[in-house]
Amino acid sequence: MLIFEQSHHGRAANAQLPQDNGALASLPADALRASKPNLPEVSEMQVVRHFTRLSQKNFSIDTHFYPLGSCTMKYNPRACNTLASLPEFSGRHPLGPSLHGQGFLSCMYELQGILKEVTGMQAVSLSPAAGAQGEFAGVAMIKAYHDERKDTARCEILVPDAAHGTNPASAVMCGYKVREIPTGKNGDVDIEALKDAIGPQTAGIMLTNPSTLGVFDRKIKDIADIVHEAGGLLYYDGANLNAILGKVRPGDMGFDVIHMNLHKTFSTPHGGGGPGAGPVGVSKRLKPYLPVPIVGKKGGQYELLDENDYPNTIGRMSAFAGNAGVLLRAYIYAKMLGREGMSRVAEFATLNANYLLKRLMEVGYDAAYPERRATHEFILTLKKQAKELDVTAMDVAKRLLDYDFHAPTTYFPLLIPECLLIEPTETEAKETLDGFIDTMALILREAKTDGSLLKEAPYTLPVRRLDDVKAVKQLDVVWNKRESK
Amino acid sequence: MSNTPDDRKYADSHEWALLEADGNVRVGISDHAQELLGDLVFVELPEAGQSVGKGDECSVVESVKAASDIYSPVTGEIIAINDALEDSPEAINESAYEDGWIFIVKPTDTSELDELLDADGYQNLIEDE
Repeated sequence: MLIFEQSHHGRAANAQLPQDNGALASLPADALRASKPNLPEVSEMQVVRHFTRLSQKNFSIDTHFYPLGSCTMKYNPRACNTLASLPEFSGRHPLGPSLHGQGFLSCMYELQGILKEVTGMQAVSLSPAAGAQGEFAGVAMIKAYHDERKDTARCEILVPDAAHGTNPASAVMCGYKVREIPTGKNGDVDIEALKDAIGPQTAGIMLTNPSTLGVFDRKIKDIADIVHEAGGLLYYDGANLNAILGKVRPGDMGFDVIHMNLHKTFSTPHGGGGPGAGPVGVSKRLKPYLPVPIVGKKGGQYELLDENDYPNTIGRMSAFAGNAGVLLRAYIYAKMLGREGMSRVAEFATLNANYLLKRLMEVGYDAAYPERRATHEFILTLKKQAKELDVTAMDVAKRLLDYDFHAPTTYFPLLIPECLLIEPTETEAKETLDGFIDTMALILREAKTDGSLLKEAPYTLPVRRLDDVKAVKQLDVVWNKRESK
Repeated sequence: MSNTPDDRKYADSHEWALLEADGNVRVGISDHAQELLGDLVFVELPEAGQSVGKGDECSVVESVKAASDIYSPVTGEIIAINDALEDSPEAINESAYEDGWIFIVKPTDTSELDELLDADGYQNLIEDE
């Protein structure tokens, strides 16, 4: 029930109402509204119960195992939150002078350094407010680079078919045409197809490595050479950085530009739409185009470098200097991990994924790439079950909810039929992974004995199967007083 | 099991092409393709009058699971589009070979159809997938 539907005329929680300190009287009459706002009229207890119940319906990393592939739903340490909430940070006004924000700026300066070090890039800007915005900034820098060299015939960006959907979207947003490169049978980029597609029209290639197929592209050096020889640049989508943290560096693989999803790899809270942080790192030749502001150090003082220091910048990505609170949490996370901790993240993330993969294959599931070692995530394909038992990946995902597990990513990447993309992350204990494996085994038994049970799942949640088609075609998220009787 | 009528040809990208009595080619997607995509929610149609080459992207179908490009199986000019799909994309799910047609091409060379798969060839392709 919506809180609006609980509304009763004249009911109020007076103790919580803001006090009228005379501010209203100072406003001109035409700035005051004539009618009452359409707010629910409810008691304090109704509000408390309503929102407490809603919070109990959450499926979140704080309550459930959340193996949502490609999203890196790892535990968010409470210390990051506590420290980032210190009043010295949270009370700072973004327009306050640099001199009064040396503490905050020093954290951001160090974070830029940590991200440079861990990715092997030459410079970093923290300002993009999310992964997709980081992608946009990255492609815009590639374009600025070619434009400044008057190399304007380069009108195409290559994107492998396994890419995140945001990659082609970012390329198009920057005015490029997208050319898709197929994946070879073993999950690596098809090198021959790449050679056929590349040419003087190629501005660059966008790659995720490890790819969304959960495998590390072994021919990355060849790909980098082919693209660079043709005059193109390499873009690294940092969505899967967790797998290689402290182990392999995109800069060393030959990438020219990278965005990092701090809300994934560096454990800031996400899910439910943000807020994120998508800093970008670049090689030396793209440094002049970085989005501003960037934190610099002049004469022992930290300050924000802007258009005066970076005259060729692609511009600003957000009103101030990015999502400060998210960046702080990521900084604290990185400091707590330290250099050694970074590589342990990658080791345990891949160990957990490979353990899950092997055990799930033992209980009867098929891997999309059984001959390949998983990275931090892997793909199961339920093609066989769909054919033989009429049980789809979606049915298994929905049934998992009944057993108190968040579902893995379903039907992505698009080129694997009936797929589940599973990413356990490094923060889960073996007992949790074993519980998940036992449940997946149980669901497979259910599929064999009574597939209809899965078709109707979930049974235990507030809503059952949603009508996805209706949701897309007749999206209705606005409460209307007249509709509600 | 999906159905594959033998009165038409098929592309390995899952379009069907039906040569009509007037020499034009009607195009849609196979029953197998609609089954893989799941419930369709949106169809982006080409424009009538548009010229297309064999293998050109000219339309997009989007389902609750995925968006997929539709390629023209022959070279020619698009002379008709199935407007009804704008309001009822589900026609492709319900009737992939009849009501769910997407566009009609006036082909420059009908022999291009010979390069496509026949029903048996297509059936083999989707069984191997």
